[in-house]
Amino acid sequence: MVGVTVNEAVATWSPSSLGLTGSVLEVVRAPHPVLALEGATVDPLDPTMLTLAADLIATMRVSPGCVGLAAPQVGVAVQMFAVDVTNHPKTRTCHGTFVLCNAVVVEATRQEKAREGCMSVPDLTGDVKRPTRLTITGILPGTTDVLRLTTDAFEARALQHEIDHCNGLLFLDQVAGAHAIYPRQVYK
Amino acid sequence: MSQLAVTVIGPDRPGIIADVTEALAQVGVNLEDSTMTLLRGHFAMMIVCSGPLSPVREILEPLRGELVITVREVGPEHLHAPIGPPYILSVHGADRPGIVSAVTRMIASVGGTVTDLTTRLSGPLYVLTAEVEIPVSADLDTLYRALEITADELGVGVTLRPAEGDDL
Repeated sequence: MVGVTVNEAVATWSPSSLGLTGSVLEVVRAPHPVLALEGATVDPLDPTMLTLAADLIATMRVSPGCVGLAAPQVGVAVQMFAVDVTNHPKTRTCHGTFVLCNAVVVEATRQEKAREGCMSVPDLTGDVKRPTRLTITGILPGTTDVLRLTTDAFEARALQHEIDHCNGLLFLDQVAGAHAIYPRQVYK
Repeated sequence: MSQLAVTVIGPDRPGIIADVTEALAQVGVNLEDSTMTLLRGHFAMMIVCSGPLSPVREILEPLRGELVITVREVGPEHLHAPIGPPYILSVHGADRPGIVSAVTRMIASVGGTVTDLTTRLSGPLYVLTAEVEIPVSADLDTLYRALEITADELGVGVTLRPAEGDDL
């Protein structure tokens, strides 16, 4: 199998490059209407967007088990999300912690079904079929270059989940069948 | 030998399926199609099986109590002939009366049929997921528009997409 080449610009990007300490924001839950809006494209140099990027990372980091957070989930309908699948057992290729603006899927292949959860749908999980090999384009906050990122496995799934959020879609819109949604199990 | 429909509903506890199917096996019932789930925490199971009506009723009698059990003869088996390609319908939004009826009416209005459906209420969020068949003669663009209008009126989101099957 041909491996994936990590995008060095993304892999070496650090939240510290924002020069900001983000605030922890409230995560909105479905059926909040902002989650159904198609996000506006953003100016990655806009100071407001840099603050939002820092806030997404701060909010993601204080949320147990959270591997990604999109701007609509904190009530802002724009095309920006944070992802970090570091140390997740299903991760293969990993670009660490990063934020992308205006991300678009350009190639997606090798579908697999897996169960997903979401902080905005906290009490349900669902089986979603998604490509496991993914190429997207996007822009790091504070920069202007459109980067091309290829990844696989869990990072590919996380990216597609977040890009869906930016387009007003939840995993509930993508589930694999009539019996593919489950109450989240909490063991005591 | 009749084809029977057995339904079992009641408070959930470990062992209900084992109890029911063990009793059915004792009177020679052959389990055919069945489904079981928890609905708002209630155990709910439906079985279509082949067996003798009276012995089945008698053998299940001791299990009644908290469990509501019905046993009925059903007509001859009808093989479902698909009326068109399969789609997955997803609806979610704030809970309110009429979501299921309004959306499934749109499917029926183009001759489509629902072959599988579940709904979940999770706090204020109502979620419907269904597998539907749409006749090839149906005007899909009109159906998509009708679903969007209905969803807007209900304040919910709706998606209808082809069900993908992978032949391996």
